Amino acid sequence: MPQSLAYLKETPSQTAGPYVHIGCTSNFSGIDIYGGDLGTAMKTGPVKGEEIVLRGTVYDGTGTPLRDAMIEIWQPDAAGLFASANETRGQADPNFTGWGRSPGDMNTGEFVFETVKPGAVPWPGGGLQAPHISVWVVARGINIGLQTRAYFEDEAEANAKDPILTRIEHQNRVPTLLAKKEGAGSYRFDIHLQGPHETIFFDI
Amino acid sequence: MSNTDRPGGYMPRDRDWQPAGLTPAYKTTIKRSPQAALLSFPSTLSEETSPVFGHGLIGALDNDLIHNFAQSGESAIGPRIIVHGRVLDETGRGVPGALIEVWQANAGGRYRHKKESYLAPLDPNFGGCGRTITGEDGSYEFRTIQPGPYPWPNGMNDWRPAHIHFSICGHGFAQRLITQMYFEGDPHIRLCPIVNSLSDPAAVEALTAPLDMHRTVPMDSRAYKFDIVLRGRRQTYFENRAEGM
Ligand SMILES: [Fe+2]
Repeated sequence: MPQSLAYLKETPSQTAGPYVHIGCTSNFSGIDIYGGDLGTAMKTGPVKGEEIVLRGTVYDGTGTPLRDAMIEIWQPDAAGLFASANETRGQADPNFTGWGRSPGDMNTGEFVFETVKPGAVPWPGGGLQAPHISVWVVARGINIGLQTRAYFEDEAEANAKDPILTRIEHQNRVPTLLAKKEGAGSYRFDIHLQGPHETIFFDI
Repeated sequence: MSNTDRPGGYMPRDRDWQPAGLTPAYKTTIKRSPQAALLSFPSTLSEETSPVFGHGLIGALDNDLIHNFAQSGESAIGPRIIVHGRVLDETGRGVPGALIEVWQANAGGRYRHKKESYLAPLDPNFGGCGRTITGEDGSYEFRTIQPGPYPWPNGMNDWRPAHIHFSICGHGFAQRLITQMYFEGDPHIRLCPIVNSLSDPAAVEALTAPLDMHRTVPMDSRAYKFDIVLRGRRQTYFENRAEGM
């Protein structure tokens, strides 16, 4: 036998189940222990850049909206800097967390994030990625959290050069990754778990 | 940071070890699992960064589910337990500063949720959620009551093994994980369609916490140990990246 490589195995995922809101958005669930829910406010003061609203709904394969999902987003500030300990390129906007979490609307399931339009982020091989927001969805019936990205329909020039978007085999699916402009500063990013409009999900 | 410590991208997820999206015995997955292949790409800064949660966020009772919802002087009903362990990455390093959020049913198997209809009663002194942040070595600890098994609408007679839900935020958005901890010796584990979304028996064992007599508090609480492993980053001198990235 050769030596053991001795890496650990990642802990296996299990579904977030029907009651993820109890644990992650307790206040929303009517359990007020913490004095508020994490990730509800991404802006903690005046922010730099364009303030936008990103909203959407998660649909199952029958077209039914999910009302028991939890959606998280993560993004850089308007200059492309992350409010993270791993950010080494500079100081991100101190009034912007970059992280949002939503249980969706109690009746419709729609999530709404008040955020800023993200700046571009470097691609590991050089150059820039088009502006995007990382999105993570968990719910009952989802065994392992689904990763995707919201790019912006009105960033056509950057999107046309993006190293991920341009390498997608089925280019007719790229629109599933584009947040649609609904008005000034307002974008819609619906997520389809299945069906003809199934969102592209990532393994990154 | 020396060259040899320079972190590369996240090591890819082992999708054979992790559950598939579609596991038909767990019926809800049928209409909620993507049908197309996932799009694989190496991690970028978007996945290699994540929010920072300071210890100042955490209140004194946040990790004490026996008391954090209870009336003053009262406590939740059920077998008192401590759940402790470490958050590590795949290279075996502790992950400090990780946010852990837990939620669970009460001792009778009932959740405090308006859509929950199981006939077992609510415990007025039990909310069912807690949170903490890992220490410098990745260690964490909760005090709670052992949750009960409960029936759920799937097959005609499906019961969940006793479990605690865990949500973990580490150092990169790529590490984001939600899972469930089970208890050693529970006969419901092998019967559960959600547990059986894992095809490798070793993966089920990785979610099964052993009784840890060394961490019990005599005449007070038993203890279970549950270590959590998040994805690790490649460590390499020969990183295939442009200079200055
Ligand atoms: Fe549960």
